[in-house]
Amino acid sequence: MDLGGINPVILIATLMASAVPILLAALGETVVERAGVLNLGVEGMMVIGALGGFIVAVQTGSPVMGFIGGAVAGAVLSLIFAALTQVFLANQVATGLALTLFGLGVSSLGGQGYNGIKPPPTGQLLPDVLADLPVVGPILFGHDWVVYFSILMTAVLWWVLKSTRIGLIIRAVGESHEAAHALGYKVNRIRLMCIAFGGAMAGMGGAYVSLARVPQWVDGITAGAGWIALAIVVFASWKPWRVLIGAYLFGGITVLQLNLQVAGSIIPVEYLSMAPYLITILVLVIMSAGRKGKVNGAPAALGQNFHASR
Amino acid sequence: MTTTRPELLRVEGITKAYPGVVANSDVSFAISEGEIHALLGENGAGKSTMVKMIYGLVRPDTGTMTLRGAAYQPAKPAEARRLGVAMVFQHFSLFEALNVAENVALGMENPPPMRELAARIRAVSEEYGLPLDPSRMVGDLSAGERQRVEIIRCLLQDPKLLIMDEPTSVLTPQEVEILFKTLRQLSSEGTAILYISHKLEEIKSLCDEATILRRGKVVATCTPRERTAREMAELMVGTALKTPERRQGQKGEVALGVSDLSAASPIPFGTSLKGVSFTVAKGEVLGIAGVAGNGQDELLLALSGELKAAADKVRVAGNAVGDLGPVERRKAGLVAAPEDRYGHAAAPDMSLVENAFLTAGVRKGLTKNGFVDWAGTRAFAEEIIKAYDVRTPGPDVAARALSGGNLQKFLMGRELMQGAAVIVINQPTWGVDAAAAAQIRQSILDRAGEGAAVVVISQDLDELLEVSDTFAVLNEGRLTKPRPTEGLTMDEIGLMMGGAHGMEVAHHVQA
Repeated sequence: MDLGGINPVILIATLMASAVPILLAALGETVVERAGVLNLGVEGMMVIGALGGFIVAVQTGSPVMGFIGGAVAGAVLSLIFAALTQVFLANQVATGLALTLFGLGVSSLGGQGYNGIKPPPTGQLLPDVLADLPVVGPILFGHDWVVYFSILMTAVLWWVLKSTRIGLIIRAVGESHEAAHALGYKVNRIRLMCIAFGGAMAGMGGAYVSLARVPQWVDGITAGAGWIALAIVVFASWKPWRVLIGAYLFGGITVLQLNLQVAGSIIPVEYLSMAPYLITILVLVIMSAGRKGKVNGAPAALGQNFHASR
Repeated sequence: MTTTRPELLRVEGITKAYPGVVANSDVSFAISEGEIHALLGENGAGKSTMVKMIYGLVRPDTGTMTLRGAAYQPAKPAEARRLGVAMVFQHFSLFEALNVAENVALGMENPPPMRELAARIRAVSEEYGLPLDPSRMVGDLSAGERQRVEIIRCLLQDPKLLIMDEPTSVLTPQEVEILFKTLRQLSSEGTAILYISHKLEEIKSLCDEATILRRGKVVATCTPRERTAREMAELMVGTALKTPERRQGQKGEVALGVSDLSAASPIPFGTSLKGVSFTVAKGEVLGIAGVAGNGQDELLLALSGELKAAADKVRVAGNAVGDLGPVERRKAGLVAAPEDRYGHAAAPDMSLVENAFLTAGVRKGLTKNGFVDWAGTRAFAEEIIKAYDVRTPGPDVAARALSGGNLQKFLMGRELMQGAAVIVINQPTWGVDAAAAAQIRQSILDRAGEGAAVVVISQDLDELLEVSDTFAVLNEGRLTKPRPTEGLTMDEIGLMMGGAHGMEVAHHVQA
């Protein structure tokens, strides 16, 4: 059942995999922004994670170790951001942009000599018996473990933010750091931990690009995925399940565009490449138009530094 | 009431210094169980620092505290809460985008599951006559209801000592009565209350004992019922107080006219203005009361020109200015002083000279050929500092470096000394000590005596009764018909303000 040369089952299965990097990074950034911190360095943390994960996987021969390495690399880079913004109270936007540039530069330097190497493969998790089932097989059972992990993380973060005390504290800190401080919560420490978590998630997303999607090392391998992740967080109004939908939408359009190219579509490729960004703009406009002033549930203290005076 | 109640908290020889200031110096006092104890003092007298130490937000440098006979040194608020000390903050520590139950849970050590917590909130709120729906968003609540959230958050933890920092500044007189009833009920159940305020009549009616602080030191302790408000005020200030004198000026023709002004609020969770009409004559002071969040900020924006309307909705000396921005309105003779000192009325990181230029540049002619006349601006800033007794090392320090009261004096001086025909002020003495407040009120009356039309928006009813000739109330964006201030009773004012929010149907008193 092909539609214009495209098999919808394969399309869905591929988009789930191709959405993983932006999904992981966007989930991490959701937590960071819910705590009131705007970290624009997602792209930098992803690319560092891509390199860190690649090196660890190649050296140890274990892709799982690679993903852990990617998460650690992303978290370490995010701690630079955390130190600058939470301890030295530097401007978050400028620091985030610098982090991206720094990450791209460092990864390019550290990646010398890793070009053209193949990393150990990250294979399908479930046995072929399940994956070979018609239709549901490829969509539900044919993926590697990271795809399931990313969906699991969506559910976990949704539950944590909505129903747990730690989630409530994170939201409170992002809503009003003054009030949270007055109640005795350590605003900067909570934010620091959220930033590190966001860094780890972005790093892992980056590692998925270099270990599973591409899989090899080239300079600037993440190619703007971090920026798309940032857009998705806003698009999703800071809610995990909507982040998943947003990531699949973007992943789907990317895959669809590739498929259409292969199928020789009459629509010029450039228009297809534009589509995700046009949709973001459209959705943002629609959502902001509804409620004036308070933009679609953005954390009230987003992007503001906190200094406990007196 | 008996005098043999066991002692709950004893504070001995507490000293806390910050770089450059000693906030508290050798402060000692004691509170017994069930006692309502007032901590009185001007701004900067060290009241807030003192209670922050009791609540574990700040550590004292020296001195000891004992709670029920045991040494008490809370390292953080959580520890204070565990030992039975709870606090209701002056500026509410609430989260607008979270609901009531979530807000309460954040202030508790071990909150029960949400459903159980909601039931307990309902139970406690009924027991103390403070109706509250746990599932409502705090951003949609009135100031009085927000305070209930804070109080219930404290009550759920069975506090032995409840600290209240200026709790009545945002309430209508009826809501104050409800609050006092709750506090008296708590006190009769054995909960001690440490009550911070500078409203002396309230303290007289509520408190058993009072400790008076001045410049960080205890200057007196007294039983408020046995003293007059004036005596306590003089102990607080340290000098005799002058009551502002009204100069009988001639009422002239209408200087400011507003008719049927409606505007949507640009502020999140704000209140839009609905058909506001009034006139102010030369030499007249119009006082506008109302509980915070009923359209005061929006009215100021609409009058200052930050919020524009149709041209003929706002008239200065007969000229339509409704469609003009702030700079043109200043030229036309209308100056405005907003409430928020740090960010709206002043640019906090700029110097006093620069801040003086920002609003006075137009009217005082402080530009020459497009360049700032720094010498003239500095002279003007120094003039304000001198005339309004602003305590500052000089005109070049950043506005942020001044204490709230001193900055307020500077900002009031800046607007009042521009010789404008119409002056609009929101909260002229918010957070300003008694002596400085009296001085600001006096200069408002002086300017009116010289023929200016003045609109004072304030939540301090005593202040409005003192300075205004006519009186009106903003309630949910609507302005009542202005009435002569003379002969108004507190009860009538309370009803104009809509009574107790959410507890009675609003009544309107016919003029």
